Amino acid sequence: MTARVGVVTFPGSLDDRDALRAVKLAGAEPVALWHRDKDLHQVDAVVLPGGFSYGDYLRAGAISRFSPVMETIIEQAKAGMPVLGICNGFQVLTESHLLPGAMLRNNHLHFVCKDQKLRVENNTTAWTSDYAQGQEIMIPLKNMDGRFTADRRTIDELEAEGRVVFRYLDGNPNGSIDDIAGITNAAGNVVGLMPHPEHAVEPMIGTGGTDGTGFFTSIIKRLVNA
Amino acid sequence: MTLDTVKNASETPDVELPWAALGLKEDEYLKIREILGRRPTGAELAMYSVMWSEHCSYKSSKVHLRQFGEKAPQSDAMLVGIGENAGVVDVGQGYAVTFKIESHNHPSYVEPYQGAATGVGGIVRDIISMGARPVAVMDPLRFGAPDHPDTKRVLPGVVAGIGGYGNCLGLPNIGGEVVFDSCYQGNPLVNALAVGVMKHEDIHLAKASGAGNKVVLYGARTGGDGIGGASILASETFEGGTPTKRPAVQVGDPFQEKLLIECTLEAFRAQLVVGIQDLGAAGLSCATSELASNGSGGMRCDLDDVPLRDATLTPEEILMSESQERMCAVVEPEKIDAFLAICEKWDVTATVIGEVTDGDRLEIFWHGEKIVDVDPRTVAHDGPVYERPYHRPSWQDALQADAPTAERLARPADGDALRAAVLQLVGSVNQADKSWITSQYDRFVLGNTVLAMPEDSGMIRVDESTNLGVAIATDGNGRYTKLDPYTGSQLALAEAYRNVAATGAKPLAVSDCLNFGSPEDPEVMWQFAEATRGLADGCLELGTPVTGGNVSLYNQTGSEAIHPTPVVAVLGVIDDVTRRTPMAFTEEGQLVYLLGDTRDELGGSAWAQVAHDHLGGLPPKLDLEREKLLAEILIAASRDGMIDAAHDLSDGGLIQAAVESALKGGQGLRLIVPDGLDPFVFLFSESAGRAIVSVPRSEELRFTEMCGVRGLPATRIGVVDGDVIELQGQFTLPLAELREANTGVIEALLA
Repeated sequence: MTARVGVVTFPGSLDDRDALRAVKLAGAEPVALWHRDKDLHQVDAVVLPGGFSYGDYLRAGAISRFSPVMETIIEQAKAGMPVLGICNGFQVLTESHLLPGAMLRNNHLHFVCKDQKLRVENNTTAWTSDYAQGQEIMIPLKNMDGRFTADRRTIDELEAEGRVVFRYLDGNPNGSIDDIAGITNAAGNVVGLMPHPEHAVEPMIGTGGTDGTGFFTSIIKRLVNA
Repeated sequence: MTLDTVKNASETPDVELPWAALGLKEDEYLKIREILGRRPTGAELAMYSVMWSEHCSYKSSKVHLRQFGEKAPQSDAMLVGIGENAGVVDVGQGYAVTFKIESHNHPSYVEPYQGAATGVGGIVRDIISMGARPVAVMDPLRFGAPDHPDTKRVLPGVVAGIGGYGNCLGLPNIGGEVVFDSCYQGNPLVNALAVGVMKHEDIHLAKASGAGNKVVLYGARTGGDGIGGASILASETFEGGTPTKRPAVQVGDPFQEKLLIECTLEAFRAQLVVGIQDLGAAGLSCATSELASNGSGGMRCDLDDVPLRDATLTPEEILMSESQERMCAVVEPEKIDAFLAICEKWDVTATVIGEVTDGDRLEIFWHGEKIVDVDPRTVAHDGPVYERPYHRPSWQDALQADAPTAERLARPADGDALRAAVLQLVGSVNQADKSWITSQYDRFVLGNTVLAMPEDSGMIRVDESTNLGVAIATDGNGRYTKLDPYTGSQLALAEAYRNVAATGAKPLAVSDCLNFGSPEDPEVMWQFAEATRGLADGCLELGTPVTGGNVSLYNQTGSEAIHPTPVVAVLGVIDDVTRRTPMAFTEEGQLVYLLGDTRDELGGSAWAQVAHDHLGGLPPKLDLEREKLLAEILIAASRDGMIDAAHDLSDGGLIQAAVESALKGGQGLRLIVPDGLDPFVFLFSESAGRAIVSVPRSEELRFTEMCGVRGLPATRIGVVDGDVIELQGQFTLPLAELREANTGVIEALLA
């Protein structure tokens, strides 16, 4: 049995094709999902891709959160379906309250595109089990509103429960609290991060490394062994 | 306010129209009257004035641009040539690539963010209207003096605009240029290139054929932005009150454009479209007249059906509006529902505004009255053509005589002075690291970026299964072109050609953006004539046809024109992107070879500018046969794995290229001055036709034998080693010190 992994296209999604490609390269069956369609077409997991859904108008992710497909995804995620939100997808997850916190404009006020080193702080989530605890990986980062923030109590809770999944290394690129690059929910099935693992799955392309592949092999193992 | 109908115009021949305020010359206005056999209506005058403008009609440049067709080299790769929205090139395996470079200079000075943003939007719509999926953009930029306060206004705005639009649109930005020179003060150059990919069978041309076919306007609603001439018309003639104040610079919405891309490509895939045209300069005037004149029949449109964002717009303003993110499609009646359904799927507003007729007139109606009745060809294609007078500038000889000889310009005389000159060069604003700018552009999106700036060319994978790819580089050197326009434009071509070959791709075709001062100045016109002649001759000799491009004139403030700045884009193909050659020297112990001949050539050089603020003499000599040979060697060496890195030599000379390759790879170099060369000339000369390569020791014999057999000079100049750049017997420069000098320069400028 192969895992079926869906990738949602919202109006203004940009990295949806890349995410579908990454799913396929990892060996799962990619399934394109459409924002207006509530039906998830029997997928086992969902990726919310990067981009500027609805042009980031109002607030990044704020409009997409209300799309029909999100109704089903929110319901299924609460029931344990693995969901990965990348960049704009992470913003949709916080807007949906599947993950706590919010993203502010980068502290330097510019869009930033760079190869970013991260440390995997939690390898027990649905999307990180193929990494070693503490592993350092190079993943592209590209965003305008990437500064993760939350109130102190939420941050303390995330830290105490090991729910900070990724931390920026070698300099904080956007001013996020405690160098947080990605987090998970209490159950570990929903993960969001600002950097783009789908851009680091082929040699020669993007960073030229394959440090992002682990996200997609992790989920396949999880689903196939389940 | 009375509506100026065709009937009214016939009955009131003596009504004065503001043709001069719309930028028309008297003889042009008289020609319009002659074509129509009556005075034009206000709407007709608006259409003619904007379509006959320099920007749309190329009236001053046309007689020179013809050379690109007349001297076009035989090329099997050309599928669609000059004249369409963008040229199309065969890259093999059934794929075709379309690319084009355009200017958005004037709007970017007035409003840097929106000017630059809509420049990206416009060129991308040219690509999608050919049926291609856009896959990358590039931006060659030129700004005024680095220390001028206005540069602090223009540069951040332009960069944010390009990023804000391109990033949101989801197109990787893979290259371009950033040049500072006080000649661009008040006239920054913001050129934008886009490239798209399609299968051969998907090529679409802009035409409206088949009587009864529907004309659909889709995308953004039409507003009052970007109206130049029509506002004058509306306010001065028809209202008589205060002039309407509308922004002359358009405002971009990249989100809408992203929807437009997906919607248009889906309609193409479903074969629902007969012809398509984007709305750019001159808006609906341009789209309707061009679609109709390229088709078989006439066209009839009803402006009442145009979706508006400002209900008070006059019909003239609707025709002239340059609101962004709009397209015009011609669709067969039985397919119209399917077409509109795709637009609805993507939340794109789409409205039938007219149909193709079996006549030969373009007729436009407003409130049921006919306000335009013209032969569309006379609007779109029969604009005036000028043979502008030109002559060699009186100062040209003196400029060329002022050569940067050792007697005139002091040269560094010993190792310490050379060391200081290197640091000064690599820390100068034009030679410094540009990542403050390029890190604001997404280079990863779409997941096919093989190479991006600061590499010699940007490279995109076209096919995931075969690894077919394309490479593009843009280059221009206004300083060289000022010294000698003919050679200068050829040097720009040669540099872009060399940059493509340096990454392992075979150069195929050219697009150009010709940025010059006022064509009404005979000396500027001479620069233009010489530069186009040089470019056409160069393209013929290199076998790379010009597929299209753009001319931007009147880049001058008062009598001061910018340096003549032809920016040349070269597109190449690479069969297997995994064989591409990057610029970084990464492998310790590899040998560094200098390919080509080095002469004492410093006219227009970066060194002369940085060390002496000097511009004079002649630019480097050019040997296009040598450029071809160098390209063949670089491509063969890449394909057969003989070199691991390559970097072209251009402004800044050998030392600039060596420092860039060393810093990128994090490896030092031990260099020796070849026999017979002066160390200063070795480091700083800008002789053309050269590159440096890093060769694994196991490949040295094979590589040098290939160069020897083919007759390309290849000189071993050093080895990749350590963490310093050492020039034997002269100086040692730690990489850390070079990096310190080379980075943070732009940030410091804007702080």
